[in-house]
Amino acid sequence: MSELLRSYLTVAIFGGAGVGMVALMLGAGRLIRPVRPQPAKYVNYECGVDPVGTGWSQSHIRYYIFALLFVMFDVEAVFVFPWAVRLEALGVFGLVEMVVFIAVLALGLVYAWRKGVLKWA
Amino acid sequence: MTFAVVLHLAYWQLTIIKLLVVLSVVPLGALVLGYVFLMKVMAHMQSRLGPMDSGGLASRPGLRENPFLPHGWFQLIGDFVKFVQKEDIFPALADRWVFALAPAVVIMSTFLLFVVVPAGPHLIAQNLDVGIFFALAVSSLSVLGVLMAGWASANKYSLMGALRAAGQLIAYELPMVLGIMGVVVQAGTMSLQGIVLAQAHGSIFGFGRLGEPFVITQFFGFLLFLAAAQAELIQTPFDMPLAESELVAGYLTEYSGLRYLLFYMAETASAFAFAAIAATLFLGGWYLPGIGPSRQLADVIGPFVLGAKIMLVAFLIYWIRFTYPRLREDQLQTFAWKYLIPLSLVNILVTGILKVVF
Repeated sequence: MSELLRSYLTVAIFGGAGVGMVALMLGAGRLIRPVRPQPAKYVNYECGVDPVGTGWSQSHIRYYIFALLFVMFDVEAVFVFPWAVRLEALGVFGLVEMVVFIAVLALGLVYAWRKGVLKWA
Repeated sequence: MTFAVVLHLAYWQLTIIKLLVVLSVVPLGALVLGYVFLMKVMAHMQSRLGPMDSGGLASRPGLRENPFLPHGWFQLIGDFVKFVQKEDIFPALADRWVFALAPAVVIMSTFLLFVVVPAGPHLIAQNLDVGIFFALAVSSLSVLGVLMAGWASANKYSLMGALRAAGQLIAYELPMVLGIMGVVVQAGTMSLQGIVLAQAHGSIFGFGRLGEPFVITQFFGFLLFLAAAQAELIQTPFDMPLAESELVAGYLTEYSGLRYLLFYMAETASAFAFAAIAATLFLGGWYLPGIGPSRQLADVIGPFVLGAKIMLVAFLIYWIRFTYPRLREDQLQTFAWKYLIPLSLVNILVTGILKVVF
């Protein structure tokens, strides 16, 4: 197995261990905790009186546009990371390229700002 | 025992040792932060005398005033016993599988954070080349767990809390990613071990005795990272997803007993991990000035040095948490999009220019 794959095998093992620890704790808890079912215990909690409607009612996702902006900037970050690592070798040329790249993106943010998208409407 | 012996073990033997260490560090870190900050420091800062008495010492005259006595040491044990003996309740309407899996996703994200943080020249679970990038990627996995928890609960408040959490975490992911870019530019690597070594071998204007902790050259990046970490960890000025005065307990409303405790443990252990990452990126990690990375001693004292730096950063995080009132949801978004993100872009450019010019 190559070194790279092996290092991600470690990552997979650790992720599995996290899930395993949760299973172990909940399994051990099952042996200790009491079980006394009553219908009233399984009603959703709202404020003490019976809940109104169901929880899966429609709700307004206000930050829909924010999420689009986020995608744009997060992809930008993916491009900036390799540049940041290699900046010493790229020198002035790389720097100017990145200034142009970030300026174009910042222009997008300014546009969204001027359009009033960044308001919590 | 020398480290040479340890280094010649087979892959699976080493992995088991590392796994056992991380398996104990996650709950232990959560316990230490929970006890020291959430109980003792909070009690002293906010005059919350609740967790000061259990354990019996404080009832004796003259002992209550002594801040060095472990008053309230019994509280954590009492809390744990209380959580363990609670019934495990699934709401009748809940989406059972998703509801049950949500805490596992959150804990897994916390676990993976510890994989790339080095505690010494050889003490690291896996030195990935993309270290800090990996840490940021897995830390945002927890959003998925939070959304699952809120959605599966079939509760209005849970859903609103989860949506708030998602909106907050995407807004503050960016200042965090862009804020640490300055460190990556300076170190020229994304591996956390490499970043520690860059700080250990660096020098400030030719004065190399202290190394070059990036908190000096990247002080602004440090502030950006702390502000974003506060929001990512859902600590108080940014704790709208859990706002108890508006949303009962946000996405945690329907959870009880051990499942609730798991969320709580994940939150505190993530605070520990983020403090460790901040200490590694900005304060020099396990490096203590005077003890070079090539010496075996660095492996021995590394975990303690890192631990001390973690406590320092964690104190800052919790100090802010105990001091400021909650922001409003729109103020939170404005703060991220109109201030932190433009400032972090400027920070990248300034760092880049200085790096190329000097």
